[in-house]
Amino acid sequence: MAPEAPAKVPAVRPRVEGPGPLHRFVRWDVIVTALLIVVFLGGAFGTSDFATSDNLSFALDDLSEIALIALPMTLLVVAAEVDLSVASVLGLCSALFGALWDAGWAIEMIVPFLLVVGVVAGLINGLLVTRLGLPSLAVTIGTMTLYRGLAYVVLGTKAVAEFPQNYADLATKTVPGTPIPYPFALFILLAVVTAIVLHATGLGRALFAIGAQEEAAFFAGIRVKRIKLLLFVVSGIVAAFAGAVYTLRYGSARADNGLGLELAVIASVLLGGVDFDGGKGTLGGVVAGVLLIGLLRNLLMLRDVATEIQSIVTGLLLIVSVLTPRIAALVRQTRRHHRGTTPAASS
Amino acid sequence: MSESPPILALKDVRKAFGAVRALQDVSLELWGGEIHALAGENGAGKSTLVKTLAGVHRPDEGQVLLDGRPVEFHGPGDAQHAGVAVIYQEPTLFPDLSVAENIFMGRQPRSRFGRIDRRVLRAETAKLFVRLGVALDPDRPARGLSIADQQIVEIAKAISRDARVLIMDEPTAALSGNEVARLFTVARTLRDQGCALLFISHRLEEIFDLCRRVTTLRDGRYISTELLDGLTADDLVQRMVGRELDTLYPKQETTIGETVLKVSRLTREGVFTDVSFEVRSGEIVALAGLVGAGRSEVARAIFGIDRYDAGTVEVGTVRLAGGSPTTAMSAGLALVPEDRRQQGLVMEGSIERNIGLTQLRSLRRGPVISRKIERDRAADWAIRLQLKYARLSDAVGVLSGGNQQKVVLAKWLSTEPSVLIIDEPTRGIDVGTKSEVHRLLSELAGQGLAVLMISSDLPEVLGMADRVLVMHEGRLTAEIPRDQATEETVMAAATGQTRQEAA
Repeated sequence: MAPEAPAKVPAVRPRVEGPGPLHRFVRWDVIVTALLIVVFLGGAFGTSDFATSDNLSFALDDLSEIALIALPMTLLVVAAEVDLSVASVLGLCSALFGALWDAGWAIEMIVPFLLVVGVVAGLINGLLVTRLGLPSLAVTIGTMTLYRGLAYVVLGTKAVAEFPQNYADLATKTVPGTPIPYPFALFILLAVVTAIVLHATGLGRALFAIGAQEEAAFFAGIRVKRIKLLLFVVSGIVAAFAGAVYTLRYGSARADNGLGLELAVIASVLLGGVDFDGGKGTLGGVVAGVLLIGLLRNLLMLRDVATEIQSIVTGLLLIVSVLTPRIAALVRQTRRHHRGTTPAASS
Repeated sequence: MSESPPILALKDVRKAFGAVRALQDVSLELWGGEIHALAGENGAGKSTLVKTLAGVHRPDEGQVLLDGRPVEFHGPGDAQHAGVAVIYQEPTLFPDLSVAENIFMGRQPRSRFGRIDRRVLRAETAKLFVRLGVALDPDRPARGLSIADQQIVEIAKAISRDARVLIMDEPTAALSGNEVARLFTVARTLRDQGCALLFISHRLEEIFDLCRRVTTLRDGRYISTELLDGLTADDLVQRMVGRELDTLYPKQETTIGETVLKVSRLTREGVFTDVSFEVRSGEIVALAGLVGAGRSEVARAIFGIDRYDAGTVEVGTVRLAGGSPTTAMSAGLALVPEDRRQQGLVMEGSIERNIGLTQLRSLRRGPVISRKIERDRAADWAIRLQLKYARLSDAVGVLSGGNQQKVVLAKWLSTEPSVLIIDEPTRGIDVGTKSEVHRLLSELAGQGLAVLMISSDLPEVLGMADRVLVMHEGRLTAEIPRDQATEETVMAAATGQTRQEAA
């Protein structure tokens, strides 16, 4: 057909507005990375104890759980789901850690058991979302309360301490020759794996498709429910493992460990440029977001800023990170509107 | 009608977006008491023209004339004020408000104390519906109204604002036959009351049926304005496309092979009942019927989108378990769904990723996806289907409807299916691309693909199909071989007037 249709000259319609080189640099994850550098330099020059190897190691170690949990959270948010129960899974596992240690279990037995608990917690979330079709926001607000409640059932308000030193060391010491603590080294490893999964595998492609247009993904033969279930289970496992790290790091198992941590996790994911509506985001951005949150927390702590103020800062960052891309999109849209519509819309 | 100037006119209008010249020296005159057609392929500039009339765009050069005097619309509000109303393909009503409230949104009649006077509101609305000659309940909420009814509400809204010019931008694309007929009655009523109407449709027979004159655009350029009387469909197509379309339905003769898809006694309670048929290799089987007869639902069930209560689906020798598109795909099925924007494509995803989405496994090199394979495969299909695009990394959302459909086709053909189910293959697609899609389907069948084509477009059904299956109210009512398929036989079965033995 269409003998005149220039198949060999694909650029039939010059784009009115393409992602030119400038546009590419104002990508959100690039902005966050730049911000990260600014905050780091600001901290280094403005706060004397900041840019020391010891402090940075401490800051990274302090970030371990948030960083670890942010990885599966990124996958969930890209697929337009969310898991608010992660901090409660962490708390429940911390409480179980204490109770089982009290009961004489070996750490080598406790950690695998916690991972199983994580699987079960994730399965409950995932099955409620995929089988009953409930929104994950509602489901995981429910299980957030449920799992935290179970944590109190397990351990009450008491604290269990005094875990073996070799395990405590694993949670706090740095990898020899580097300022990187072991848990954070694990995060780096897992971040690389997650980045590959998200950006270079079929599963990653499927996640973006699910987040952007779930129905189209389903029509394309993607096993949407199975994938979502898997994500919730992975989220549960990682949160459970983070519970063990947290307990060993503080040397204290308590039911209220990690209270409110889910917000810091989601803040760093959104700050990293992942769209809360799904379908957009990069893991590089999330790593930058996690580090930014970590540095800010550390700086505020070094300057003896009250914890209330710290949570205000986290809250503001969360709002800013959700708002900024929207405003940017709005600005772009109005600008386009003034120039006329996009070329394809003018049929 | 020619003593007074046209109600609304464009004179030598130019409009460019960046380097794209959307309209070049286009003129158009809309007279009271006349329905005027606007014809052109996608990308010919029809939407830009409509938006210029509606005050959304301002012309770079040339004039908009209202009653013969130049005007400048500074926004849609100005145009509305001047009595220009646009009815879009899919209206946006407030679903929770009543029909009457939607019509008088923002201008509700007030009683004393400033409260909304519901009695007057209802009476005024009823009066409007009488004037339009339609039966709609002013009190029912807009939620759940069919698209056709929503359009009527929009028209009523326009009339209540004393609109003198009514622009209908592809209003019939999503309507069934009866609904189109009713819309046309309303349009004629308004014409007789002195309104000027501009009608846009891809269905040529509708243009001939409804309109008196037609203005044709091609590539943003004005081609002609002429009386439809004495013009043939081929003339019109030739003006739109600028060349002769070889044949509208390039059906190839093919050798029909073995049965590839066998559907037996498929039933989904309350939706369709006892549907049995076969599609053989090399064969195009059309599934015709009215909108709502259950055709798309059968396709969805076959492909595993929906579950079914009874019956079986076999592809080749494999009997499908049902309820899983993934297994249907691995058995060799492909489904090009009805709703491109929701089901066919990830609109914000790129062309290459949309094409690759159905074959994520075969794009792998080791555990990771090879960008090169992904891009090469997309590029191959883009060339093969003559896709018009700027970059493979562009979002499919920026493509025209016809090119979007090509992406959907590429996405499915690259899975190398043995059966292609295609639901409304050319809905909302311009004439040129439409004929490309038809040629492609014909070619594919020639290569041994089994095609099940659902279509509400009768000429398409008659032109393309080797066999026509007709559904009526959830049941197969007829199976008509190609040489016996006519508009009459198909429509009779679709409306339930005959009940032949279904195969």
